[in-house]
Amino acid sequence: MVGATRRDALSVGITVGAYGVAFGAAGVVAGFSVLQTCLFSLITFSGASQFAAVGVIGAGGGPWGAIGAAALLGTRNALYGVQMAPLLEQRSWRKVLAAHVTIDESTGVALAQESRGLAATREGFWWTGLSVYLFWNLFTLAGALGARSLGSPASWGLDAAVPAAFLGLVWPRLTTPRRRAAAGASMVLCLVLTPVVPAGLGVIATVVVAIVLGWRA
Amino acid sequence: MTKWLVVVVTGVICLALKLLGHFAPERWFAHPRLQRVNALVPIALLSALVVSEAFVTKTRVVLDHRVAGLAVALAALWAKLPFPVVVLGAAVTSALVVHVH
Repeated sequence: MVGATRRDALSVGITVGAYGVAFGAAGVVAGFSVLQTCLFSLITFSGASQFAAVGVIGAGGGPWGAIGAAALLGTRNALYGVQMAPLLEQRSWRKVLAAHVTIDESTGVALAQESRGLAATREGFWWTGLSVYLFWNLFTLAGALGARSLGSPASWGLDAAVPAAFLGLVWPRLTTPRRRAAAGASMVLCLVLTPVVPAGLGVIATVVVAIVLGWRA
Repeated sequence: MTKWLVVVVTGVICLALKLLGHFAPERWFAHPRLQRVNALVPIALLSALVVSEAFVTKTRVVLDHRVAGLAVALAALWAKLPFPVVVLGAAVTSALVVHVH
């Protein structure tokens, strides 16, 4: 059974990691250097936050709009940590490392191992987290170098790859009517606000939709 | 300098949020309302980012070659195709539209 967990974890690590190519390209297209783009993946290491930060900058938004959007998207990792900490029972630097690789995928694979027992849960977490980290960073570098040598982003379709990446990130979450309503309302609100607020703020403002729709059970 | 600010501060905040989850007492996050809102935050922001990246240039709403790419991405997701196909399909379609024009 342990072999099956490891296989699940590695397949997630490689496929999600390969997605790093899209981020690497998006970072360079938004005007970040190859080094800065790679540092995003090494330090922030949370796909949605990273795409949001470079997306807002690429759209002409200010630094605090970019940071705010990335931070709001990072809050869910805190809640994943709350779930994972008692299952992992780590101390000192291993706890810090566990926190750093606490993302959608590592938490998802770990919690999906429940029927295989606690050892498999831990193995799923570590193998997924560390393999996504490895491949995400390698592919970020590849994407950043590739985008730099390609030239005009539009002629290679990179400007359309970014919204497609966001759609791919949100799609698996649209599982309930309330979630779909939140997605639709946010899209409308963002487009309505865009012409009248500074660049980037239209995105952050949609956090109001989450608060309003999440207020009551 | 602005870009370095974004890289460093985003990294520090996102890492701090992860550490908070592992080191803070569990009861801090126990409120059901917080959990519900938090589950919707990524959906709201990611949805907004889809339209702002696909339909916005500077602060104007425009329809251009990116729309074709997004439509293909939507179709690919509907057909349950894997993520790399979704992103590549969008890029290739959009690039074709740019070159045909």
